[in-house]
Amino acid sequence: MLRKVLYIDLSRNESWVEEKQDLFAEWMGGTGAGIKLLREECPPGTDPLSPQAPIIFSIGPLNGIFPVATKAVATFKSPLNGELGESYAGGRLHLAMRFAGHEAIVIRGKAERPCYISINDAEVKIKDATSIWGIDAQTTGMILREREPGVGRRSIIRIGPGGEKLIRYANVIVDTYRHFGRLGLGAVFGSKNLKAMAISGTEHAEIPDAKRYREVYNKLYRTAVQTDIMEKYHDLGTSVNINVLNWLKGLPTKNFQASSFSEAEKISGEIFAEQYLFRRLSCAGCPIGCVHIATLKTAFSPHHEFEIRKISYDYEPIYSLGSNLGVASADGVLQLINAVEGLGLDAMSAGVVLGWATEAYERDLITPQETLGIPLQWNNVKSYLKALENIVKAPNEFYAALGNGVDFASRRYGGREFAMALGGNEVSGYHTGPASIVGQLVGVRHSHLDNAGYSIDQKAAKKQMDPEQMVDEIIKEDNSRGVFNSLVGCLFARGVYTEENIIEALGAVGIERSKDDLQILGKKIFEEKYRFKAGEGFDLSAARVPNRFYETISTLGKVSPETVKEMLSLYKSKRGW
Amino acid sequence: MAESQIAGTAVAAAGPAKEQTPRKRRRLKVSHPERCIGCLGCMFACSRIHSGTASLQDSGIKVLTRGGLEGDFVVVVCRGCEDPPCVRACPAGALERREDGNVIFHKEKCTSCGKCQEACLIGAITLDKEGKPIKCMHCGACIAFCPHGVLELEEVPA
Repeated sequence: MLRKVLYIDLSRNESWVEEKQDLFAEWMGGTGAGIKLLREECPPGTDPLSPQAPIIFSIGPLNGIFPVATKAVATFKSPLNGELGESYAGGRLHLAMRFAGHEAIVIRGKAERPCYISINDAEVKIKDATSIWGIDAQTTGMILREREPGVGRRSIIRIGPGGEKLIRYANVIVDTYRHFGRLGLGAVFGSKNLKAMAISGTEHAEIPDAKRYREVYNKLYRTAVQTDIMEKYHDLGTSVNINVLNWLKGLPTKNFQASSFSEAEKISGEIFAEQYLFRRLSCAGCPIGCVHIATLKTAFSPHHEFEIRKISYDYEPIYSLGSNLGVASADGVLQLINAVEGLGLDAMSAGVVLGWATEAYERDLITPQETLGIPLQWNNVKSYLKALENIVKAPNEFYAALGNGVDFASRRYGGREFAMALGGNEVSGYHTGPASIVGQLVGVRHSHLDNAGYSIDQKAAKKQMDPEQMVDEIIKEDNSRGVFNSLVGCLFARGVYTEENIIEALGAVGIERSKDDLQILGKKIFEEKYRFKAGEGFDLSAARVPNRFYETISTLGKVSPETVKEMLSLYKSKRGW
Repeated sequence: MAESQIAGTAVAAAGPAKEQTPRKRRRLKVSHPERCIGCLGCMFACSRIHSGTASLQDSGIKVLTRGGLEGDFVVVVCRGCEDPPCVRACPAGALERREDGNVIFHKEKCTSCGKCQEACLIGAITLDKEGKPIKCMHCGACIAFCPHGVLELEEVPA
C-alpha cells in the first residue's frame, strides 16, 4: 500500500514526496492524517490567508478500492471562523489521488502570480494561470479539460472569482458538480494565487489477497445496491427532505422566522425530479448516482431561443437559497444555485448571509444606501442575483462585510439574534430541535454532518429521548465519524460500513484493526481536532447561540435555552472538560 | 461466489438458448450508453476480476467523459470485429482470431510494438506498463456491476 505525502511549495516552485508509514499507521488516513498534518504545518495564530497557512488534501486506505468510499478531505485553517477548516468533496479527486500515488497532498506558500497545479503520477508542475484568473469556475474547468491529460480518470478542482477575492466562504469546485463547500477553502486557494489543481494517475492499488478482496467487495457492493440503506439518495436524492422537513416543522424558512414554508411544494424534490431532473451522476466508485442534475431553460428572446444550463441540486442549497429566502419557484432556486456555482461561493453560507441581510433590511438595520438600491426582499430572485455579484465585487463596506460571513456582518450592523451561525459557520437546513443546535455547536467543524444532530432530533420525535441520551448519541457520532472520515467514505453510505464491515475491508487491504482500535482512534482524532481548535481560541463555553433558535417552533416544539445549556454542560462533563 | 459466476448466471438467464448448429460467440455490447452515470463500476470490476487489482488502467472497458461531467459519457469497449484490424496489425502473431471468433493474446509473442493499439479506430486497446495490450475478453463480468443496465452480452455468428 502506498503511504506517501506529496509536498508542494508554491513560493519556492518546488515539490517533493515523503514516505510517511508512521503517520498513516497511527492516524489511518483521511481526516486523521489531515488533522495530524495540520497540527504539524499550522502553528497557533497563523493567518489563514497568509503563505504560511497550509492546504492539506488526504484520502484513506479504502478510497479507489472499495465501493462508496468516494470522498477526499481538505484540512486547513478556516478564514471564515479562524479555527479548524475541514471540508469533504465527492467526485473523482479521491480516485485521482489514489492512482497518482499520493494519499495526502500538502500545499504551502504563495505563488508569485496566478497558477494552477498539474499532477500526473509522480510529475508535478506549477503552471501559469494568469489568463484564467477572474474566469468563473465552470469555464475554468472547460479550459483545463482541454489542456490536461487523463480523460476519464482525472479530477479538476478550481475556484471562481469568490475565492480569488478572498470571500471568507468561497468554495472549491470539484469536477463541476461537487464541492469543498464549507469554511472557505476557496479563499485559501485565492490567497495563494492558486486557481486550480488537476490531478490524474495511472498507478494501481496492490491488493495482498485478491480473492478476499473480491469477496469483501461483493458484500459491500450488494449491501449498497440491494438493500434500502441508500434508496432515498437513489430516487429523489437529498431534496426529498424539503417536503419531509416541511411536514415535520424543521424546514428553515425566511431566515428561520418559521420552520415550515407555505410554498415548499413548489421547490420540493418531487417537483425538481418531475420537471427539471434530466440525469443523474455518480462519484467514481459509487453505484448509487445521487448527484441530481437539472436543466434550467431560460428564454432570451420571444422567438423560442433558450439558454440551457445544467445545474446540480441537493437539499442544502434548496433550503439555503430557497425556503430560507422565501424563494417560491424551482426556477428561482436554480438561478441562484447557478450564480453561486459560477462565483464559487458556498451555497449554505451565501443563503444564510442573504437571509440575515433580508431581515436586517426589513428591520431598517440596513438601508438602500448600503444595498446600493437593491431591494433585498423575500423571493426577490433578481435582487439576490445582484447581491451575490456584489458580495464578490465588494463595491462598498456593506457588501464587503457580507463577504466576511454572517457573524462579521451582524457585529457591524446589528441583528445578532437572527445571524444564523454556530461556531462561526452559517448553519445548515435543519430546525429540528436541540440536538441539531448542540450538535453543530460542539462539532469539530460546526457542520450538521459532524454528528447529525438533526437525525437525533428526528429519532426523538418518534421515541422520546432525554437530553442525556441525545448527548450520548452526539458523542458516539462525533467519534465514529472520525473513523469513517479517515477512510473518507461517503456519509450517505455510512449504513454500508458497519464496524464489522470496516474491519473486514481494512483487513482485505492488509490493515488489521479491532473494534477497540477503531474506537480509540475515533476519540483520539476528535481530541486532536479540539487541541487545534483550542489553540486557535475556540471556547465552547463562550460559543453563541442566536436567539432565533429559541423563538421559532422546531420539530420537537420550542427549544428552551435551558435545554441547550443542560446538554452543553452534560457534553462537557462527558468529554471530561 | 465470484463475480464472473454472478455475471454468467445473469447472462444465462437473459440470453437465448443455444440450439442451432451455426457457431455463435458472445460479445459485450454497450446497449444503453445514455444510461451511464459514470460510477466506473465496470472498469473496477474488470481489473479486480482479471488482474486482482484496483485499477483503471488494467481494465478492458473504458468509460470516458466528453466535455467533462457536463457532457456525455463514452463507453469504449472492443467490438469483437469479424475481421479485426488489431490482429492484422500485429507483426508478431501475438493476437490471433480463433475459429470461434474470439481473439486471444499470446503474451510471449508480443513485442510491445503498440501497433494493435494504433489499428483500433475506436480506441478499445490500451497498453499496460510493459506496452502489452489490455483488451476486453467479452466475458461479461462487468455487467453485474453496472447499476443501470448499460451493458449486455449478445450472441453473434462466430
